[in-house]
Amino acid sequence: MKPDFEQFKDIPGTTIFTIEYARKGFWLNQFCMSLRTEANRKRFLANEREYLDEWQMTEEQKQAVLDRDFQKMLDNGGNVYFLSKIFASEGISYVEAVSTMTDSTLEEYKQMMIDGGRNIEGWRSKKERGEA
Amino acid sequence: MARITAGITTSHIPAVGAAIDMERTEEPYWKPMFAGYDFSKQWIKENTPDVAIIIYNDHASYFGMEIMPTFAMGIADKFEICDEGYGKRPVPVVEGAPELATHLAASLILDDFDMTVLNVLEVDHGLTVPMSLMFGTPDKWPTKVIPLPVNVVMYPQPSGERCFALGKAIRRAVEQFDEDLNVQVWGTGGMSHQIQGARAGLINEPWDRKFMDDLVNDPENLQYKPHLEYMIEAGSEGVELIMWLIMRGALGEKVDEVYRFYHVPASNTAVGHLILTPKED
Repeated sequence: MKPDFEQFKDIPGTTIFTIEYARKGFWLNQFCMSLRTEANRKRFLANEREYLDEWQMTEEQKQAVLDRDFQKMLDNGGNVYFLSKIFASEGISYVEAVSTMTDSTLEEYKQMMIDGGRNIEGWRSKKERGEA
Repeated sequence: MARITAGITTSHIPAVGAAIDMERTEEPYWKPMFAGYDFSKQWIKENTPDVAIIIYNDHASYFGMEIMPTFAMGIADKFEICDEGYGKRPVPVVEGAPELATHLAASLILDDFDMTVLNVLEVDHGLTVPMSLMFGTPDKWPTKVIPLPVNVVMYPQPSGERCFALGKAIRRAVEQFDEDLNVQVWGTGGMSHQIQGARAGLINEPWDRKFMDDLVNDPENLQYKPHLEYMIEAGSEGVELIMWLIMRGALGEKVDEVYRFYHVPASNTAVGHLILTPKED
């Protein structure tokens, strides 16, 4: 079966981590995997730039990490489960990190979840939203 | 003869593990969610399996991007706990069931399911959070475990049909194992959630409830749901629900629903939980 990577592009506000993205993000995600040990987490946080320069990442990937711009990391092949090692190293929760990719503040995002989460109505298609 | 006596599905949210580990389960935010598992904790005391085959996904905890197995099976004596970036969860090491696991992996490969064989595996919240929800905080887990990691992180994930068929093959293979064992199959992950992008926080309760209904009563049709529908309707991470189809395939044609629970939210996620038993012919 021929893979269809285009089918996901109409989903608004969503980056589907495909095998193609996995190629693009390989070193970014491998850097994230290195943060599974306390020693590496300490070394990374002590001098982020120096630590990142040990990896074959693009400058855009490195800058996105330094800026904690998770959307830009996704755009450059990062996957959120890998990227979680970055915010975990700082003791930040999924909810807090994830909220930074939305239009909501952390408090607004938490309240939205308590109120039942983001309603899917209006969020199925970029075309429907006039974004495509 | 070994036999499959029950199937369990449950979400496996990491924050749930953290709430247990930090003794926050009585806080107002968490209490209603944990109360939904009170029945299950009692039920499993009376129905403790010899072996639980736990279908879950690794969250970039053990597998990096070097190797991404679609279906894998842990056949070791024991499985250590991963450090997922916050330090290891303070839970007991998971004891394996190497004889049954070896038989299963071999049977499945001969049945054309090309399982990756894992003689070493560290397990993450995808496997340990369901165990904590069912068993609480014991010093030693009361059951042996066969971990069955599935790639649901990178597209293409296996299809729903393939997952359902794998479950059926697991049932046949368990029934061909000579030792008299009580085996459960657990499908973990879900329900609707998206933890990335501007659409993060998506929850689709009507879709989740229909999915549970169809899983119980109409899995033969449910198996054909395409990945795209999961991703649109249940969020990019909601595609984990294909793992529930493996559990369902292992239970046979008809099931009795022993228990159901649904709750929003836990962290970014809708919690869904089922206990099913095979209906005797």
